[in-house]
Amino acid sequence: MHIFIAKRLLIAIPTLILVSIFVFTLQKLLPGDPVLALAGEERDPATLDAIRAQLHLNDPIVVQYGRWIWAALQGDLGMSLRTNTPVTQLIAQKLPVTIQLAVMSMIVAVLCGIPGGIYAAVHKRRKGDYIVNILALSALSIPNFWLGIMMILLVSVNLGWLPASGYVSPVENFWLSMKTMLMPALVLGTGLSATLLRHTRSSMSGVLKSDYIRTARAKGLRPREVILGHAFRNAILPIITLMALLFGELLAGAVLTEQIFTIPGFGKLTVDAVFTRDYAVVQGVVMCTAVAFIAMNLVADVLYAFLNPRLRAKL
Amino acid sequence: MHPSLAPDSLASDARPMADTPVLSIRGLTTAFRTDDGWREVIRDISFDIHAGETVAVVGESGSGKSVTSLSAMRLLDPHLSRVSGEVLLNGRDLLRLSEAEMENVRGNDMSMIFQEPMTSLNPAYTVGRQIAEVLMRHKGLSRHDARAETIRMMERVRIPNAAGRFDQYAHEFSGGMRQRVMIAMALASRPKLLIADEPTTALDVTIQGQILDLIKELQAEEGTAVLFITHDMGVVAEIADRTVVMYRGDLIETGPTGKIFADAAEPYSRALLASVPRLGAMAGQVAPLRFPKVDMETGAVTAEPPLARSVDYTAAPILSVRNLVTRFDVRAGILNRPVGAVHAVEGVSFDLWAGETLAIVGESGCGKSTTGRSLMRLIEPRSGSVTLEGRDLLSLGGAQLRGMRRDVQMIFQDPFSSLNPRMTVGQAVAEPMVKHGMIGRGRAGRQRVAELLEQVGLPAAAIDRYPHEFSGGQRQRVAIARVLGLEPKVIVADEAVSALDVSIKAQVCNLLIDLQERLGIAFLFISHDMAVVERISHRIAVMYLGEIVEIGTREALFANPQHPYTKRLIAAVPVPDPARRRMRRDAGASELKSPVRALGYEPPARHWADLGGGHLVMQAE
Repeated sequence: MHIFIAKRLLIAIPTLILVSIFVFTLQKLLPGDPVLALAGEERDPATLDAIRAQLHLNDPIVVQYGRWIWAALQGDLGMSLRTNTPVTQLIAQKLPVTIQLAVMSMIVAVLCGIPGGIYAAVHKRRKGDYIVNILALSALSIPNFWLGIMMILLVSVNLGWLPASGYVSPVENFWLSMKTMLMPALVLGTGLSATLLRHTRSSMSGVLKSDYIRTARAKGLRPREVILGHAFRNAILPIITLMALLFGELLAGAVLTEQIFTIPGFGKLTVDAVFTRDYAVVQGVVMCTAVAFIAMNLVADVLYAFLNPRLRAKL
Repeated sequence: MHPSLAPDSLASDARPMADTPVLSIRGLTTAFRTDDGWREVIRDISFDIHAGETVAVVGESGSGKSVTSLSAMRLLDPHLSRVSGEVLLNGRDLLRLSEAEMENVRGNDMSMIFQEPMTSLNPAYTVGRQIAEVLMRHKGLSRHDARAETIRMMERVRIPNAAGRFDQYAHEFSGGMRQRVMIAMALASRPKLLIADEPTTALDVTIQGQILDLIKELQAEEGTAVLFITHDMGVVAEIADRTVVMYRGDLIETGPTGKIFADAAEPYSRALLASVPRLGAMAGQVAPLRFPKVDMETGAVTAEPPLARSVDYTAAPILSVRNLVTRFDVRAGILNRPVGAVHAVEGVSFDLWAGETLAIVGESGCGKSTTGRSLMRLIEPRSGSVTLEGRDLLSLGGAQLRGMRRDVQMIFQDPFSSLNPRMTVGQAVAEPMVKHGMIGRGRAGRQRVAELLEQVGLPAAAIDRYPHEFSGGQRQRVAIARVLGLEPKVIVADEAVSALDVSIKAQVCNLLIDLQERLGIAFLFISHDMAVVERISHRIAVMYLGEIVEIGTREALFANPQHPYTKRLIAAVPVPDPARRRMRRDAGASELKSPVRALGYEPPARHWADLGGGHLVMQAE
């Protein structure tokens, strides 16, 4: 088990180096000179050179990369050119918001998608399956922004059940925080649950056709034991990988949803940084997202291996 | 122990009055829902099974024998099937029970084992848990008691070190051991009826014998009634008291097994029996012999002539294999370093002459398929030489290799998955010829494809149809036509007829003999089926753990097998003759050893005894 995790971590290192090189180069290749942006109205070449020297922009690119990655490893992702706050601090502010949204959306998705998928697979090609599929297809087709606006109109404006927008930290006021985040989580979770549902259905219906399910039924096990005990245990394996990928995507931020509900999350941070060419922030955010993705995949791999005896033996 | 498990109380209620059958099937008819409405797949099936009795249901694929058993177990999807008639288990009609009541019957009063031990066990749970589940579900045993009883059960089916293997998973068991697990699971609750659906079909012949003996033995101890479904007449002769013959959903004939074999009333039963290849039928016959033609309507048997083309052994062999070695690394650890190797093919040498058939026989894992693939370089061998008409195949690269592949072609076992479902038969047959620039895509090419299809006994009209419209035997003919188009000198047939029904198997074998007669093709016939091998081959090589242990002419090898493994292999083949039902074999669980060796292992130098006429036997160390 430890060897397996160590192996996975070892594989993650080159991936991270690759991502960091990519992020660093991308920024160098982008049009527009950050020095000019910083200098503002100033066009005196001496001043520009001074700024350039101060930012070490005259060094060879490898040295610049080395400096950047060394600092990054120590938690210093540089300063936001725009707000002059450390990037790490910006990320530390926004990340919890995004994580809360991601976790709550995922819970919604799992609660609807997985039971729905199981139900559809068990009732394959029958009325229940068709109804569930139509619902899932609709959920996939409805754009998030539209669903968000409609929910704000209905739930907040007309019924007044939930706050329409904003963000409250769960540390400050847990229940209010949950209430505020519920609607965005439902909106994000709707699309996700449809994706999960479709995959659970196909994985589950494949497993239900397998010989060992026939064996389980021939043993006289009750449908519940067959479906949840024998079938689901095997059907969940590919879903875990999918869930990790979806969760990684959520961590990258959901720009539209955050915009509609005015949530100060990662998505908004990224968009603002891109538009103002705030490279340090863009780099930091992309690196952070990459780390999150890799971490989620690692978790998925370990979980997958743990649940799959054939792999566990090799751990 | 749980009181209801006391053996004597069970023995008494497992044997009800002698004249009451345990299972009585009356007028069983099952229909499947299709796009064109309900279609009956079995019609009006009736038979009885008494306590302690074994009834075999035999028939070719599509005869409805499995549907019969699944209908009786009510395991068919109720939304897609309709079952009528009566299935009386100890007088109680199962078809009238509610689903919940039926769940209490399944696995308890009647249980079932299936064909594929590889896929019939849940990969996510330990085998022990899967057996214990039955006891907890039906006998109300606690987890602890169920564990103890499961281990006892695993011992009874002779799984060595049962207590230690309780917590292992299915993938850690061999095929034969998995089938023992299935049997333990099926018999754990001491059912009155055991349905065994092709339980030995996927197993090697020596393992098959062990499993059959085990079933017989447990049946004798418990007085269980056994419904045995199989297509293998050898197995029927071996195990069944009475036999039910089915054909396309109808019950053709039923009677005592001895009578059916000796003197069947119905022509179809006679035809079915006549098409069974019998080991030993070739005694005194020099050339490979076509299977006799059997008329499925009348049961009349017409003998076919033997191969009318002799092999010129004075000429140079067309294919020479010397010291072929193929190993696969076993890797482990954090750096994935090799820690051992599977010695799949080890020092294999043989010659193949034009117009000759050399059979490579052996059980799964013996390296016979890897040998075929290695000499075609579908797998790269480690060392050795393969010479085709003087060219060393192992040193060829790029275009030359492709040229070689034209001369050596391969036919695979599964005609269902080796044809692309999205290509018409014509396209499939034309493709390799087009790739090698032998025909264009125009009219002439189409003409050539039509010819080839006719050559393998398919109508020229098949050219625009898709593989799914054909039966298994026809697809195998398409695969042969595809290979023939390239005018190969050698064809490697890897279990090419193993998946086919007996009558179809005979036809395809005859086709191969026809082609050899006409075109002088040399066949490397890789098979585990000794009876087919005896018919079709000139010479035979027996493989065991990656090595050839005995090689010689067919006559010499069957008349005078020398290596202990060859003897064991021949002795294990069930004889389709109930009168010659063998005495009990050793039902112990001997398994094939593994060809996995430590890193750097080199096999010792082997010594061979030459018995004359090219009959070589590896000597024991």
